Amino acid sequence: MTAFSLDAVAAILLIPVVAAALLAALPNYRLAAGLNVAASLLTLLAALSLFVTDRPQPGQYLLVDDLNIVFIVLNAFVGFTTSVFSASYIAHELDTGRLTASNLRFYHAMYQIMMFGMNLAFVSNNIGLMWVAVELATLTTVLMVGIYRTHEALEAAWKYFILGSVGIALALFGTILVYMAAQPVVGEGTNAMVWTVLIAHAAHFDPALLNVAFVFLLLGYGTKVGLAPLHAWLPDAHAEGPTPISAVLSGLLLNVALYAVLRFKMLLAASPEAIATGPLMITMGLTSLVFAAFMLYRRRDIKRLFAYSSIEHMGIIVFAFGMGGPLANFAGLLHMVMHSLTKSAIFFTVGHIAQVKGTQNITEIRGLTETHPALGWALVIGVVAIAGLPPSGIFMSEFLVVSSTFARHPFLAVPLVFGILLAFGALLLRLTGVAFGEPRGSTAPAEASYIPMYSHLALVFAAGIYLPPPLVAWFQHVAILLG
Amino acid sequence: MNGLTFDIAHLLAGGLVLVSFMMLYQDRLFALINVFAVHAIVLALSVAWQAYIQDAHHLYVTAAIALIFKAIVIPVGLHRIIQRLGIHRDIETAVGIGPTMLAGIGLVTLSMVLMLRVTSGADPLAREDLAFALSIILLGLLVMVTRRNAVSQVVGFMSLENGLVLAATGAKGMPLVVEISVAFSILIAFIVIGVFLFRIRERFDSVDVGALDDYRGEHR
Repeated sequence: MTAFSLDAVAAILLIPVVAAALLAALPNYRLAAGLNVAASLLTLLAALSLFVTDRPQPGQYLLVDDLNIVFIVLNAFVGFTTSVFSASYIAHELDTGRLTASNLRFYHAMYQIMMFGMNLAFVSNNIGLMWVAVELATLTTVLMVGIYRTHEALEAAWKYFILGSVGIALALFGTILVYMAAQPVVGEGTNAMVWTVLIAHAAHFDPALLNVAFVFLLLGYGTKVGLAPLHAWLPDAHAEGPTPISAVLSGLLLNVALYAVLRFKMLLAASPEAIATGPLMITMGLTSLVFAAFMLYRRRDIKRLFAYSSIEHMGIIVFAFGMGGPLANFAGLLHMVMHSLTKSAIFFTVGHIAQVKGTQNITEIRGLTETHPALGWALVIGVVAIAGLPPSGIFMSEFLVVSSTFARHPFLAVPLVFGILLAFGALLLRLTGVAFGEPRGSTAPAEASYIPMYSHLALVFAAGIYLPPPLVAWFQHVAILLG
Repeated sequence: MNGLTFDIAHLLAGGLVLVSFMMLYQDRLFALINVFAVHAIVLALSVAWQAYIQDAHHLYVTAAIALIFKAIVIPVGLHRIIQRLGIHRDIETAVGIGPTMLAGIGLVTLSMVLMLRVTSGADPLAREDLAFALSIILLGLLVMVTRRNAVSQVVGFMSLENGLVLAATGAKGMPLVVEISVAFSILIAFIVIGVFLFRIRERFDSVDVGALDDYRGEHR
């Protein structure tokens, strides 16, 4: 049984690698898109099998525990639906000549390498390996953001590359400091980088060194989470890359960096003399939330609008985890899952809208519910969900965040609610024109794949109405683990 | 640890900080790249010395990578790129040299104060290495923010990575996986950058990142 489970871990790592090699060699783009979907589906199945099989003993490099299973399954699921969306999206890009067949070969191979990087980051039990994996995922997305090779795309990719690299460099310095803190206690060598070993001995580490390490790690990985004031790369990268990449950036890559922050937060929590990490995370989360909420009002590009909305939601999530405690952690986890599903659904919709209308400029997209009802209503439902209206799952998680904040630190609830309401207003303001205004622009029928976006939205609303008890129990368990 | 080995390690790491300072005031691309090559050579010496005193043979590999790849291959490659792009004139520094040097001194002071304070319990050599490494990282960041040319930003980034390598080798017994990964990621990073430079060249006949700045997404 153990061997089989180890195979599941191996599968979620090997399938993307093998697929990437095949895709790099495959000239036919239709076949490649199909293979991309198939590989993502297989990865999803392998990820799901982690639930039912026994887990392998944590080794020096790999680890499967209750926390990362949630992330892995979410990652594989959104990765799969995005690959379905991507198949119809790129067909249109090829028709309009924005991408060439050789671009697509590169794109598909990079997509699978990115999935590999993200999965590796989740299953790694070694903080050095985790760093390598996050860097790999970052570099592949940089290449994909720049794939259109337009002026704007290159600027976006360059900015993303520079800021992402600086972030990742700071994170490595933090990782080295953690090793330095662990080395006198655990001894030299690989063991002092193994997360399960570190957490078992964290109480004896030098707290001052851990504190400094956490600041570097929070700044470093926080850049990748898109926390203000380190978020500058995020809107550009979302707006200028291909939309499937915007969907995985918002839905998945931000989570990867968040996961890294959470792991180190747990490490500091296990050391009684280290600083409380909560206030740092609360401050960064609230700053991001309020800042992004204000920025939402000035957006004229629809993908940029939702990119800022991602910063806002990552702010809420980091805030929730910063609060800590079973309830706030539960809310943070739920919010993270809901945000990934909703935001990627919105990007699927926006991608097709931008293709149909030939523009990303909000003022030129009007009256979608009349011209393209399926896309228009998907956007309406998506925005209703992301703005946190009932009965969406985001309403529930935001409600939990706010109520747990009121119960413990009422003063913090004021800026929190202020930011949420501000963002809510901005999104609805933009939505009315885009969805219900006087129709403008092309009315050509859309060749869209509706299944990914509507299945995501259905899940979000289903979760808002009824969360299955096993899932609730699982999340509660993880929330307690997070401390 | 006897005095001499400590002093040599100290000298090399301090030399690295000094070379980082030299980067701050280079206003020509070729000169900047040459200084970077010196930076990489000093790093290689420092890592080799660490390998010798820690008796950690795998660190010689890291030293060799630093010497061959960063001190020779990359500078030669960058020279070629610059010649091909025809941009071997002055670098446009966004901030004057005086304020940059002052900022650099401030950053080094900051990292010394911070690192020496929090690592009071650690082995003295590792402490100083960490403090120097943080200085180099911050100076690398400073190079990146004070330059507007893509090539010099890349050089700033690579000097920052050198600081990371110094920190990693100073941490005694840090597993090989990390050193290789650092070297490997530099390789990837360089390829990425190379690709970008050529694309930027292809499109705009300029590698001045300032030329890209007019676009903010809100002026369509």
